Amino acid sequence: MTALLEVEDLRVAYGKIEAVKGISFTVESGQVVTLIGTNGAGKTTTLRTLSGLLKPSSGKITFDGKPLTGVAAHKIVALGLAHSPEGRHLFPRLTIEENLQLGAFLRKDKDGIEKDIQRVYELFPILGERRKQASGTLSGGEQQMLAMGRALMSRPKLLMLDEPSMGLSPIMMKKIMETIRELREQGTTILLVEQNAQAALTLADHAHVMEIGRIALSGTGQHLLHDESVRKAYLGED
Amino acid sequence: MSELPQQLANGLILGAMYGLIAIGYTMVYGIVQLINFAHGEIFMVGGFGALSVYLALPTGTSLALALPVMLLGGIAVSVLVGIAAERFAYRPLRGAPRLAPLITAIGLSIALQQAIWKWYPDGKQARVFPQFKGRALDILGATVQRGDLFVLIAAPLCMIALGFFVARTRSGRAMQATAQDPDTAKLMGINTDRIIVLAFAIGAAFAGVAAVAYGLRTGEVQFRMGFIMGLKAFTAAVLGGIGNIYGAMLGGVVLGIAEALATAYVEDIPGMQQFGGGAWKDVWAFVLLILVLLLRPQGLLGERVADRA
Repeated sequence: MTALLEVEDLRVAYGKIEAVKGISFTVESGQVVTLIGTNGAGKTTTLRTLSGLLKPSSGKITFDGKPLTGVAAHKIVALGLAHSPEGRHLFPRLTIEENLQLGAFLRKDKDGIEKDIQRVYELFPILGERRKQASGTLSGGEQQMLAMGRALMSRPKLLMLDEPSMGLSPIMMKKIMETIRELREQGTTILLVEQNAQAALTLADHAHVMEIGRIALSGTGQHLLHDESVRKAYLGED
Repeated sequence: MSELPQQLANGLILGAMYGLIAIGYTMVYGIVQLINFAHGEIFMVGGFGALSVYLALPTGTSLALALPVMLLGGIAVSVLVGIAAERFAYRPLRGAPRLAPLITAIGLSIALQQAIWKWYPDGKQARVFPQFKGRALDILGATVQRGDLFVLIAAPLCMIALGFFVARTRSGRAMQATAQDPDTAKLMGINTDRIIVLAFAIGAAFAGVAAVAYGLRTGEVQFRMGFIMGLKAFTAAVLGGIGNIYGAMLGGVVLGIAEALATAYVEDIPGMQQFGGGAWKDVWAFVLLILVLLLRPQGLLGERVADRA
């Protein structure tokens, strides 16, 4: 079986500075794959390139059997790749419900969209209670829920989450991680970028450690969770 | 001393024109953070488009019959020029330093003015624009020329249509999303290039409507008319809060009324006799702009810049 997402020798540069220096990895349907690593490792750059916001300088991206390189960002979501960006990036002056509707911008099935909005409200009841509220007025955790819900609204084959736990309280972080686990159990394929390595590795089927633009180490989540160098570098152990 | 209702009517008519043009500045700025300083000329060519249509009709066609076609002609010319400006002048400069599109806009302004000057038949002089015949109307104590009814009807209709479009349609929602966060709008599947073209097109269409109103009011169109009208409309957009469509119309009306009142009443203020009359109206318009920028930099209906993420 071929992988849902295949990344081969991907390179991305900002001007002369190369942020991603030839990485390769795959995501199989139904898996949770995580990219961990410090700030500036190239994780966010990788996701932004996959969703078409950045152009790679070389390399190959194949998604669901189709090449993604050179495809405009607004066409990529139609292929089934949804991206919940770092820092949530909601539309602050639109309401919760309007943000969710935008997540389903390309869909035409009104009933299905309405059903999926209700599904998001079941997943995150607080969003349902505040559906008419401008999203810019939500707390960080609520914004993260909405960003995830919005990404789900396109019914993606692959959901990319960039730093979903960033800036959240421990309780909220736990809630978000539980939601990701729930989504995985429902069969959603997820590519997760996280600085919180412990949480990410616990959830992941497969994990890659990125260091200054390269994949330094790969393995199953459990394997890396117990790897000594990872424990030292990312899990804060001496 | 002139009567107040008359001055308010004059201000409202002028202000509605400013407001219609200001929409173009504010929509484009709201989406690409670009001040399209060629917008005054997009307004100007619309006037010539409408005039050309009129001249192409059989002589003796009544203006009432001709007006809808002239309006379409004016809008079409403005929209075509607006879309071409976006496609060939501004799009290649997206991501360039801000000075580049600004200089391009000034160059485009001069080019459009000179094109009319050189190639429009008798374009070096003011060309006569058809006028409605018949006596002026008396409305609530003000004398209103028949031609001015056009803008008093068209401006509110345009605003209602635009408000509906932005709030209720799929493209309007996409436009709001693009204005608030263009990259994320792309992630939703929105073709932001198309939305930018749409913003230019709508702004240009409103400028075309304003150009017909201008022609009907002043009885002429000429290649320079976009300069001062564009500057005033830009002032109106800033006054109302740039990026806000209702602010643009409000700013236009406030500016128009302020000009009319200043023209009529400043000379009655003791010691200010020499600053009254029509010669000083532009000065008062810009004094108003400076005051608003000092006291409320975000404009009348604008949001603080920090809120735009």
